[in-house]
Amino acid sequence: MDRLLRVLYGVLIGATLIYVTLPSLVVVVTAFSDKALLMFPPTGFSLKWFERAWTYDDFRKGMVNGLIITAWASCIALAVGTMAAFVIERFEFTGKRTLEAVLLSPLVIPHFTLGIAMLILASEISLARTFSLVVACHVILVLPFVMRSVYVSLKNIDPALERAAASLGASPFRVFMKIDLPLLAPGLAGGWLFAAILSFNEFTATLFVTGQRTQTLPVAMYTYVREYADPTMAALSSMLIAVTVLFLVAANRWLGLERILSIEARH
Amino acid sequence: MQDRRPAYFAWFILPSVFLAVALVASLASLFQYSFREYIPGSIKVGDFTLANFGRMGSWVYLRVFIDSLLLSACTAAANLILGYPLAYSLVRSKSSLLKSTILITTIVPMFTGDIVRTYSWLVVLGKNGFINGTLKAAGIIDTPLELLYTPLGVTVALVQYSLPVMVIILAAAISHIDVAYEKAAASLGAGPLRVFWNVTLPLTMPGILSGTVTIFAWTLSAFATPQLVGGGKVNMISNMVYQLGFSNFDFPFAAVLSMAALALIFAILGLMSLGMRRLERVGLH
Repeated sequence: MDRLLRVLYGVLIGATLIYVTLPSLVVVVTAFSDKALLMFPPTGFSLKWFERAWTYDDFRKGMVNGLIITAWASCIALAVGTMAAFVIERFEFTGKRTLEAVLLSPLVIPHFTLGIAMLILASEISLARTFSLVVACHVILVLPFVMRSVYVSLKNIDPALERAAASLGASPFRVFMKIDLPLLAPGLAGGWLFAAILSFNEFTATLFVTGQRTQTLPVAMYTYVREYADPTMAALSSMLIAVTVLFLVAANRWLGLERILSIEARH
Repeated sequence: MQDRRPAYFAWFILPSVFLAVALVASLASLFQYSFREYIPGSIKVGDFTLANFGRMGSWVYLRVFIDSLLLSACTAAANLILGYPLAYSLVRSKSSLLKSTILITTIVPMFTGDIVRTYSWLVVLGKNGFINGTLKAAGIIDTPLELLYTPLGVTVALVQYSLPVMVIILAAAISHIDVAYEKAAASLGAGPLRVFWNVTLPLTMPGILSGTVTIFAWTLSAFATPQLVGGGKVNMISNMVYQLGFSNFDFPFAAVLSMAALALIFAILGLMSLGMRRLERVGLH
């Protein structure tokens, strides 16, 4: 009985792991197919879809747009989120809880609701669908992740260090720059990385607020899937999966996967 | 904690206040739009009206809400069944190889993004995709199975999408249980199933509740998966909102549906925190 249970349990775990991983593996295999139609099992080997994915104009533009938007959004979110988390954690002021609730609310508001809300607001104040609109939307979406990452690090700072520096004559600003900021650095790096990955991959809200000129890579990929059925998307997906794995291995090495996990755990 | 720094430091909050105002303003304009008259064929909206809310009662839209709730419920249930053993092994397994395998396989799909993840399912479930291709090559079927554009296909893709989050929430709950309780039960003669049923399961109830509800709410806001795997045949609220907005330019009614989805999610999360408080009172945790 015990053995049977053990075997069943093992099978369930194995099957679930295969189920979670299978799609990525299938996509990578399909990317090397030589047929223009998605077919399984592939009948030949070619690299032409990688070449097409790499040279396809909309993907290139989407990549550039996406990187620009991600760079701005993640850096603005890092600066704004760090300051907000610092003040909320360390100071008392009226409306603090409300402000915090509003800033963290994008965690539970559906992205399509936020996307359409931002689009309507933009049209109400006659704002065109520019890069700034997309960046603003992304900053709002990723801010909670930066703030939570900073909260965790702030709680770990011993206030005695700040007092010691102040008693030795450092100005408040200097204490912040020389004591708090360096101690916060790992949390800031984790929060920034997380914000950047989320912003680069964000699709739902982005679809609502981007136009032809500002479309990001996920939006360009979505358009491609709706129009073509060849394995170009499989090739691009394989490259993105490979980059993600490399990124995660690096993040695990330098920041610790648990740290990133503890950010995600309360999603 | 009170900081001893001078009060001017509090002005660091200003940029975030600006963002909060933008967020509230966008939700307010969404709210405002839901009361505006739809002018067919135009992106402009007319006067204030309550007519949009009356359309919510139409069967087409009720059906989308029911379908969304059913898909989310199935997804949450499947997540619990598949996620619990994974989370348990992630916390309790003695093999670090198994632990890191679970951690990595769980994490990677979470970071590849909606589109890559959803597209992968098109390749797996398609007419000539992995499943049909393999079954055909093995001689098990002649005509391809209908997997894409069905509720089953959408659920299969949705579960994979949310499983990482479920595993993380459950793993956190399981790691809080003292192993001594389980050992004590076992030493008193309870078999593994009984230990699980009478000790582990009740102790992880708060995690199970918060995980299931979180996944339920999360799935309700899914867009890319039902959009591509559902292919217009399986529609969730998000797909209806997108279609109303960008095919019919009916932004007022799209606003009504978005507000309804938002209200639904807030209600669900509110009920969950009530439930959590009750669980805490009962003293299970």
